[in-house]
Amino acid sequence: MAGFRRTTRGVSARFTSGQAGILRNLVAQVAELVGGPGAADPPPAGAPAKPGDAADGELPLDLAAILAMDGPAAPPEDPVLARLLPDAYGDDPEAAGEFRRYTEQGLRSGKVAAAHTVLATLPSDGGRVRLSAGDAEAWLRSLNDVRLALGVTLGITEDYEHELSELDPEDPREAYLHVYDWLTFLQETLVRALR
Amino acid sequence: MSVAPAEVEVERPAADEDVVPDTPWVTIVWNDPVNLMSYVTYVFQKVFGYAKPRAEKLMLDVHHKGRAVVSSGTRESMERDAEILHGYGLWATVNHDR
Repeated sequence: MAGFRRTTRGVSARFTSGQAGILRNLVAQVAELVGGPGAADPPPAGAPAKPGDAADGELPLDLAAILAMDGPAAPPEDPVLARLLPDAYGDDPEAAGEFRRYTEQGLRSGKVAAAHTVLATLPSDGGRVRLSAGDAEAWLRSLNDVRLALGVTLGITEDYEHELSELDPEDPREAYLHVYDWLTFLQETLVRALR
Repeated sequence: MSVAPAEVEVERPAADEDVVPDTPWVTIVWNDPVNLMSYVTYVFQKVFGYAKPRAEKLMLDVHHKGRAVVSSGTRESMERDAEILHGYGLWATVNHDR
């Protein structure tokens, strides 16, 4: 996986079907968490990626359990949602509530729209992805949202690479930490390709 | 913030170089372990039109000091900035700079 690079026709990256399946799954889960059930478009025609296709081996595609994202209406106390839709006033609940009342729907819509852009431009069977500047921006936001969601769920710290190297292979987070690591790499290459 | 996969050049932030606003409202961005240093710099350039050195200095302030004032002005414009930064996944708050 070489990540994104700049080409004469926009930024570009190549995905295996397993990678595409994992990323589409996570992006769709974040869209549904933020936008509610059905917020993620159904996958395009064709067989969805099977776990056996995954480049990372046995990684199950149903991440809902570990991500706790399967509720139709996650409560505001949901730590993932709280990170994706943060308070704008740390010490003034009344002002925070007022701000949220006016901005949260737009914020949710923007995140769902970015997720839709990824789902619309990343074929479920993988392959080369070429992004316009606008699509690349949506990818950046969506990759970041997925990383934030995983980061909260997995308890990511700034030292996660060290933790990953010392992780017990039996740790249930192990596969997801590798996915997080890959998404970090992917986003970093995308930022660099856009500069 | 985290950095991956390649190292970002780290420059020592100069002390007392912060632009302290006279206006009473500010937007603050807080450090978090997920947002990439390169991405935060990109967002500051994109959202505020800051030149790269200024955007990088603010990013490093967030990283090393835990937070940085990224804009100042009226309450309404600070709320707008926070809303845009939330759209990028940054942890931003509006504060009354008393």
